[in-house]
Amino acid sequence: MSNHNFTHLDALESESIHIMREVAAECKNPALLFSGGKDSIVMLRLAEKAFRPAKFPFPLVHIDTEHNFPEVIATRDKLAADLGERLIVRSLEDSIKKGTVVLKNETQSRNVFQSVTLLETIAEFGFDACMGGARRDEEKARAKERIFSFRDDFGQWDPKNQRPELWDIYNTRVHAGENIRVFPISNWTEMDIWQYIEREKLEIPSIYYAHEREVIQRAGGIMPVSHLVQPQAGEIVVTKTVRFRTVGDITCTCPVESPARNAAEIIIETATTRITERGATRMDDQTSDASMELRKKEGYF
Amino acid sequence: MENTTTQLLRFITAGSVDDGKSTLIGRLLHDSKSIFEDQLSAISKTSEKRGMATVDLSLLTDGLQAEREQGITIDVAYRYFATPKRKFIIGDTPGHEQYTRNMVTAASTANLVVILVDARKGVLVQTRRHTYLASLVGIPHIVLAVNKMDMVDYSETVFNAICTEYRQFAAQLGLSNITCIPLSALVGDMLVDRGDNLNWYEGTTLMELLETVEIDHDLNTTDFRFPVQWVCRPQTEEFHDFRGFMGRIESGEVAVGDEITIQPSGRTTTVKEIVTYDGNLERAYAPQSVAITLADEIDISRGDMFVGKGNQPKVAKEFEAMLCWLSETPLDKNRKYVIKHTTRSVKCVFTRLDYRVDVNTLEQHDATTLNMNDIARVAIKVQQPLVFDSYLLDHGTGSFIVIDEATNNTVGAGMIA
Ligand SMILES: Nc1nc2c(ncn2[C@@H]2O[C@H](COP(=O)(O)OP(=O)(O)O)[C@@H](O)[C@H]2O)c(=O)[nH]1
Ligand SMILES: [Mg+2]
Repeated sequence: MSNHNFTHLDALESESIHIMREVAAECKNPALLFSGGKDSIVMLRLAEKAFRPAKFPFPLVHIDTEHNFPEVIATRDKLAADLGERLIVRSLEDSIKKGTVVLKNETQSRNVFQSVTLLETIAEFGFDACMGGARRDEEKARAKERIFSFRDDFGQWDPKNQRPELWDIYNTRVHAGENIRVFPISNWTEMDIWQYIEREKLEIPSIYYAHEREVIQRAGGIMPVSHLVQPQAGEIVVTKTVRFRTVGDITCTCPVESPARNAAEIIIETATTRITERGATRMDDQTSDASMELRKKEGYF
Repeated sequence: MENTTTQLLRFITAGSVDDGKSTLIGRLLHDSKSIFEDQLSAISKTSEKRGMATVDLSLLTDGLQAEREQGITIDVAYRYFATPKRKFIIGDTPGHEQYTRNMVTAASTANLVVILVDARKGVLVQTRRHTYLASLVGIPHIVLAVNKMDMVDYSETVFNAICTEYRQFAAQLGLSNITCIPLSALVGDMLVDRGDNLNWYEGTTLMELLETVEIDHDLNTTDFRFPVQWVCRPQTEEFHDFRGFMGRIESGEVAVGDEITIQPSGRTTTVKEIVTYDGNLERAYAPQSVAITLADEIDISRGDMFVGKGNQPKVAKEFEAMLCWLSETPLDKNRKYVIKHTTRSVKCVFTRLDYRVDVNTLEQHDATTLNMNDIARVAIKVQQPLVFDSYLLDHGTGSFIVIDEATNNTVGAGMIA
C-alpha cells in the first residue's frame, strides 16, 4: 500500500519540515529569518508543523531596512506575537550609525546593504545557521545553490566550491566563525507558495492582494508613491488597482496591475502570467544579468 | 483553478558536452509555456550579442557568471516547471569527466534520468558511464533520448541501431526498465509536440512519459523505517508528559497500535499516537514527516530508528559499500572520517578497498587510494553500530555521506551493499 493522496505540496511540505528539524537537531544556535513577506510566512507555518506542540527551538530574526511597507511590519509583529515566538529585529539604521553602511542618499535602495546588518547580527548572537525563505525558482544563481549553503567567515558564497548534497542527508558542520544559510523551501515555486497560502489559509499582508494605489510610471514599471518615492518633474501620479508579488525595499519594489483579491485568484493569475516574480517587481535585480550572483557572493542572503 | 493534487517528479539529464541537454530542458520549458517573457528577452539579447541567428534555449539553464563567460555548465542547476498533471524538478548535470560527482549528487534524489546521445555519434563511452552511474545510484526509470535526429534525416534505422546497442549494454547492468525516444531538441520534435518528422515512431513523447511514468512504487512501501530526528518535549502545562519522536518516514507505513522495535537497542513497544500539526492520524506513510508517541517510556534519542515487523534492518559496526569519492583530496586509509547515515553520525575507518570500478569499461582495478570521481567497493568499520538496509532494498537506510572532520567537507557518498 502506498499513499495515493500525497500531493506535490505534501511532498514539498514534508521535505521542508525534515530540513528544519535537521537544523534544530544539528546546529548549535540557529535562527529563522522572518520579514513578514509571503515566503517567510510560509516558513513560519512549516516551523509550526515541524515543532508544535513545542515552541520553536530558534528565534525569529528580521533585518529591517526601515524602508518597509507598514502593512508588512504590522503582519510581522502580529504573527510573531500570535505564535508567542521570540522576534529579534536589527535595523540597517544601526549599521548606518556605526558607519558600517554608508548610503549615497536617503532614498537609495537598501536591499544590497542588508547583508552588512545580517552579518553583524550573526556575529552579535553567534548564530551558526540562518534559515531563509529563498527559492531556487526566483533567480538563475539561486538555482544552483544548495539547501544547506555554506558561508566562510566573511559570509561569502563560493558557487564553484559548494558541498555536494546527496539524498536527504545534509552536512551541517561548520567551524567556529563560519555559518550556514539554510533554504528549506528551495524547491518551492511561486505557484507552490500561493497554493500553500490558499490551502493553509495563511494570513499575509494585505498589499499582496489587489488594492487601489497611487503610482508613478517609471523605467518601464510602476513605482508606488511613498514618503521615499515622490514624483519628479514631468512625472504624473495615477491611481491603479495593483498588488505586490514580492515585498522588499519600498523604493524599488514595484507592484503589478491586477484585480486578484484573494489567493485563489492569484493562483489563476500566476498560472497564466508571463513574467517572473523578480523580473516584474525588483528594480535592483535588473541592473545586469548577473546582479544576484554578485550580491550573493558578498553575503547577501 | 490550478490543480493542487498533482504529483512531484524529480528527473535529471545526463549526456556528453554538446549532446543537447541544456537545449532539451530549454525546449521542455519553452514548449510547456514555462518560460517567462523577461527570461526569454534576456536570453534573446545575449544570443544576439553572441551573433546567433536564433534564440539559444540552452542559456536558460546555464546560470552562473563563469558559465556565461565560458559558455559551459559547471554545476548542478535546478529548474522547475509544472503541467496540469505533474510538477517537475529538473537537475541539469554537466557532462564533463571531472564532474561525475555532480551527476551522482543530482541522481541521488531523481525518480528518472534522461540520458542523451547524439544520433550522429550513437552510444559513447560517456553514455555507458552515465548509465552505470544511474544504475549505481538506483534511479528507477531510465530514458534514452536519441537527440539531433534532424542531423540524420530522422532515420528509423539509425535510431533502431542505437537502441539495440544501448539495450544490450544496459542488460549487462541488469537494467531492463528503459524507454528509447527519438527527438530533436533544437527543432522540438517528440518533446512536447510530436512534430511531423518522426511519424514512424509510435511511442510516447518525452513529455507524455514524464507526465505518466508510475512513481508511486519507487519507494520501499513494505518495510517501516523511521529514523528519530528530534525529540519533542514541550514541558508546558498542557503537554506536560508529551514526548513525541519526530522524523520522516523513510519507507513503509505505520499505524496506531502497531508493534515496533527501537534499534539499535532492540526494545519493543507500540505506537500510541501519530501526531501532526493538522491533527492525529490513524496511519502514516513514507515520506510523511510526523511525530510518534509510544505506549512505554523508553530512553530514545536522535539517531535511533523505529522499525516495523517483517524485514529487519541490520545492526552492525562493519559493512561493505559502493563509495563515490567526491573530494579533490584523495581518500586516506590511515585516517578516520565521519559517516552521516540517516540521523546518526559516527566515526569510521575504511578497512579495505576491494576494487575500483573503471566507469568507462566497468573493469575492476586494485586500489590503494581513491581520487575525486572514483567509485569503489569498500569495507567500513564504524565506532558505534548503524541500523541499515542494503541500498537496493531501501535508499533511505542504505545511503550515507562521508565527512572530513578537518575541513567539514562532504568527501564521499556511499551505498551499502
Ligand atoms: N541540429 C541539432 N542541434 C542541436 C540539437 N539539440 C542541441 N543542438 C545544438 O547542440 C549544441 C549544444 O547544445 P547544448 O544544449 O548546449 O548541449 P549540452 O552541452 O548538452 O548542454 C548547441 O549548438 C545546440 O543548438 C538538435 O536536436 N539538433
Ligand atoms: Mg549545457
